[in-house]
Amino acid sequence: MNSHHPIYQQAYQNYEQKIAQASVEDMVLNMGPQHPSTHGVLRLELITDGEIVKEVIPHIGYLHRCFEKHAESLTYQQTIPFTDRMDYLASMNNSHAFVMGVERMMGIDKDIPKRIEYIRVLVCELNRIASHLIAIGTYGIDIGAFTPFLWCFRDREHIMGMLEWASGSRMLYNYIWVGGLFYDIPVGFEERCKEFVDYFKPKMLEMNQLLTDNQIFINRTANVGVLPMDVAINYGCSGPMLRGSGLKWDLRRIDNYSAYPELEFDIPIGTGLMGTVGDCWDRYKVRVDEIEQSLKIIEQCVERLQKELKRTPDFDPRALLPRKTIPKAQDYYVRCEGPKGELGFYFMADGKSEIPTRVKSRAPSFSNLSVLPEITKGVLIADLVAIIGSIDIVLGEVDR
Amino acid sequence: MEKSTFGTMILEEIKTLLTEKFGEDIIQETETTGLQPALLINPDRIAEVCLELRDNPKTYFDFLACLTGVDYGKDNNRFGVVYHLTSIPYKTQITLKISKENNRDLDELPTFESISSVYKTAEWHEREAYDLVGIFFENHPDLRRILLPDDWEGYPLRKDYANAEFYKGIKID
Repeated sequence: MNSHHPIYQQAYQNYEQKIAQASVEDMVLNMGPQHPSTHGVLRLELITDGEIVKEVIPHIGYLHRCFEKHAESLTYQQTIPFTDRMDYLASMNNSHAFVMGVERMMGIDKDIPKRIEYIRVLVCELNRIASHLIAIGTYGIDIGAFTPFLWCFRDREHIMGMLEWASGSRMLYNYIWVGGLFYDIPVGFEERCKEFVDYFKPKMLEMNQLLTDNQIFINRTANVGVLPMDVAINYGCSGPMLRGSGLKWDLRRIDNYSAYPELEFDIPIGTGLMGTVGDCWDRYKVRVDEIEQSLKIIEQCVERLQKELKRTPDFDPRALLPRKTIPKAQDYYVRCEGPKGELGFYFMADGKSEIPTRVKSRAPSFSNLSVLPEITKGVLIADLVAIIGSIDIVLGEVDR
Repeated sequence: MEKSTFGTMILEEIKTLLTEKFGEDIIQETETTGLQPALLINPDRIAEVCLELRDNPKTYFDFLACLTGVDYGKDNNRFGVVYHLTSIPYKTQITLKISKENNRDLDELPTFESISSVYKTAEWHEREAYDLVGIFFENHPDLRRILLPDDWEGYPLRKDYANAEFYKGIKID
């Protein structure tokens, strides 16, 4: 409690009173922060009546690492490794968004060579697949299917290996820099991408047979946790959450940033094939379909990187790196489509220093998670687990 | 490469729309310095403005993308909130800003109206702004700290924040 004016303590007292009252009439059940099916350190306080969940009170912040405070005291380049640690399952996408914002503020975003843009998209899409594989695999394990989890991790490991080859690190890459890249992709990377795509396509079919069309899985997820489109929009849900509710909203197409306007891909949405539009199965299916689309994007990128945008001896991915990253005085909000949804950074630059005065990160998981109390009213505890899994949160990003 | 969704044309239309509905003093200033223009709104009427922008068929700003609490520096004694709204039907974006002077007294936090009745997502975003910057939102249903523990002292993203020396009597090295 803050020892300040009583009006600022009112909300906390209301909350304590609510819990005290609920423990008389109903049961207060604590779930997390060390619960395996909360995907990290999420703590949920459930007010339950038997098996029925009356209310869910999420408690977050166990993984708060002061990203915004760090960003205010470090230069733009120095902050990139911190963005990697936000959504640590999709580090490439995070730094891509951050770097794009800084580049636009500097006015150098139009000068970035095509080859760099294509490499960025290539590694981002590889990372998107890795992130979705975790979402799918852990979702299976939440519901009791163990095998898909192992299969997903096996296939994800190939991507981790490839990205390690390019950047030197398995998960936290620091690969995309303002104005360029850490290094060019290694010789033979394109071929290995092709090999991976060829290897992975039949694995995805197996996965669909094992999990997506599994009757037990469908029974556990269809018609559960239905999120109507208007609720999703009002709660700021984005990414597969919003698309699962049937809205074709993908910032890769809306904003047409980086190399995406030149690439061919579809935007899968939830159709209610197994139950209602916007249920857990739809959100799951959107991710599965997105993997397919990402594979398509990777194939196109690799082809262009091998033909028109071949590596040349004088190609230097660090050629455009600014000596001093001092953007003009302005505020800028950049958004891009991460694997979890709309990932945004809001910069306030004073035009004098390399250190921004304020950086706010809009984490998709944070907004996506905030809808949880709304869609879990009156569900069974077992279904609650299914709903949390379908949101696909990464607590590193929720808490930042 | 980027298709601008922040067009100045849209901005002029929104300005006339708002001034017609709420009067001239609703927009205090228009900021056009950077790549993305912003409207400085009268801080007492932000909830009405957001409701109008959300429901008016000409704008339909139905998606609150980001809400940022800002401390404008030690010399300014000014606190503000920045809203980034997106219109999904029209694929447009707009930035709204409100700000107020404040003497940095922890018993008198800068107070703005909550827009959580308009956008539910603002509920958590406002809790975060309260938690880290120390901005109080009136009519918020549940304004507790969200990322930091409930017994945290002070607001870390304020420019005058000093690191605590003790936590519950334990010296912090």
